[in-house]
Parts: sequence; C-alpha cells; structure tokens
Amino acid sequence: MARPVRFNVNPQNPKISDAIGFTDLPEGLEGEGFYATKFEKIVGLARKNSIWPLPFATSCCGIEFMATMGSHYDLARFGSERLGFTPRQCDLLMVMGTIAKKMAPIVKQVYLQMAEPRWVLAMGACASSGGIFDSYSVLQGIDQIIPVDVYIPGCPPRPEAVLDGVIRIQDLVHNESLRRRNSPHYKALLNSYDIQ
Amino acid sequence: MEITTQYIQDRLLEKFGKEISFLLDPYEMLNFETPKDKNLKVLQFLFDDEILRFRFLIDICAVHYPDQKGRELAVVYHLHNLQDNVRIRYKIFTPIENPDIFSATGLYQSANWMERETYDFFGINFVGHPNLKRIQNVDEMDYFPMRKEYPMEDQTRIDKDDEMFGRGSSVL
Repeated sequence: MARPVRFNVNPQNPKISDAIGFTDLPEGLEGEGFYATKFEKIVGLARKNSIWPLPFATSCCGIEFMATMGSHYDLARFGSERLGFTPRQCDLLMVMGTIAKKMAPIVKQVYLQMAEPRWVLAMGACASSGGIFDSYSVLQGIDQIIPVDVYIPGCPPRPEAVLDGVIRIQDLVHNESLRRRNSPHYKALLNSYDIQ
Repeated sequence: MEITTQYIQDRLLEKFGKEISFLLDPYEMLNFETPKDKNLKVLQFLFDDEILRFRFLIDICAVHYPDQKGRELAVVYHLHNLQDNVRIRYKIFTPIENPDIFSATGLYQSANWMERETYDFFGINFVGHPNLKRIQNVDEMDYFPMRKEYPMEDQTRIDKDDEMFGRGSSVL
C-alpha cells in the first residue's frame, strides 16, 4: 500500500518577499526625498510589532499558550518572539489561568513592577471572571485587582483565540495616544485600583 | 498476633468503659466516639500501647452537621498502625458555640498543619496548638468557609447570572 506521502517534484525557490510581511506606512505627507508623519504613529508602529509578553500561567490556559508559542501557531510571527520572565522588561502581562485569592497580591505586584506603558491580557474564563470556580477561594476575575485591556473567552481558548487576543492588544498599542498614560482619565482608572 | 476490630473494641472498653461509644463500622473499619475532653487520653493510649501501636496520624478533618444540636462539629482522627497495617477512625463532637478541643501536636508532629487546616476551614479552636492560624485561605478571610451556614459561592460578584449556573429561581 502506498504511503500517503507527497513529494514536491517541482520545487520552487522561495521568494523572500513571500516570507516577510511589510506594514503599511502610517498616513503622512510624502514627497520626493521626504516623508513626514506624527511621532505617535511611528512609536505606535514600533511598539506594536515588538511587544514583550510576560506569561503568568497558572493552569491549563498556560498549556494552550505553550502551543501558541510553538512552531505550529507561532506567536513570534506577530513580533512577540521574546517572552520575558521579568516584569521589569515586559510590556504585556498575559494572565492565563485561575487566580486564587491568595495569588491576587502576587499578580498585582507583578503588574506594579512593570514599567509604563503596560498592557494586560486576561486569557480564559478563569482569569476573566473566575470561570467555573465560583468559590470562596478564587478571585472572580483579575479585573478586581488590575485593569485589563483584552479578555480572551474560552475554557481554555484555542491558540487561534490567543493570537486574536494578541492582535487586538497590538491594535490598542498601535492606536494609543502618547499622552494617554498621563491623562486624568488613566490616572483615575489606576486610582480606582489603588495604584498610584 | 492479628489485631482485630473486636480486640481493639475490647481494649478500649476495658480502658475507658462507658465513655466510649461505637458507631457504625463502614467497610469494617473501627469507628468510635468519646466525649471531647478525653481525646488526648484516648490518642495517648492508642499511641503508647505495645500491641495497638497506632503511631501514625493519617489525617485530621472536621464535619459540620448543622442539624445535630449540641454536636454540630465533628473532628475525625484517622489513625494507622503501620506494623500491622490496621486503621481506625476516632470522632469527637463539639457544640459550635464552644469549639475548643485539645491539640494533638504534643503527640503527633503531623497534627500541626492538619489542625491548622481544620481551624482554617471549620474554626475548631485547638487548645495548646503552637501556631494556630490560617494555612490555606487568605489571612484576611473572616469566616470559616466549610461551615454550612456560609455559601460555597463567592459573594463579591454581582454580574454572574444565577440562572446560568443552575441555581436560579426557575430551577426546582
């Protein structure tokens, strides 16, 4: 019986342009020898494509995240190649899994140790709302202790959903005003979480 | 010599007489009860006796029976004789208003964390325990979550729809 293997009998040399993605230029003034745009847009573009995630994985969502980082789904394609395991270097806190009430101060401390600008992604039902653990010992969503930018639903979410969540974070990063972190609105948000 | 359930019963009756009462023995595992102030004497006897040799404390746990007036909380000791591979279960009952029980930490080192856990979840006050504070729940918790007057569910959240969790008004 023939093995279900196919050989590429007409191989083509790959074109480098197929393997590299280019982002569109942000809108601006363009002419011969110059291009002018807003500083904010360039910063957003640079930040968006070089997010360093900090995985805070406590349970099965962390396993899905490992798949997301693996070669099959490969979060690195979206500019998040480099996971940092120190909060001081990272931009994106990814909370994946059940956070018990006893763990809550640690999550908050990790968030506080991150430098601005920082984003938070809550992955899965437990991190978003406590999930099935509607119980005296489980934090009912990490948004009780830190502000969250993007929630990924699912129990656990598939790697595609994680990619989608990261892309939505990228959209936020891309479109964020450089002044947002100094705005009274943002300070009021942090104050509502007792963060100075 | 083989240690039978009957033999342990006879020895306990001989030593403690009427203070011992025997409960049902599910799966032929001896299960008995004494007044709560006798717990250390009974445990010491079972530990020291040259034949019984119950020197391994497997577990301490508690049960809340809200319907039994004056005997609401049960503390259960699971003991094991490692040489002869015999297990027994020993229960004491205490009223919920006065959950003071002598600590077994002097006899078994392993009782230390087990009694802290039992305190944490049921609020049993182990008199003589060296460090009786919460071990598993957050320190700020102000109730004993496994007692049945408290609901299991977290009460801080208002956006969870009870209908979705099978305990809404339409569920019988």
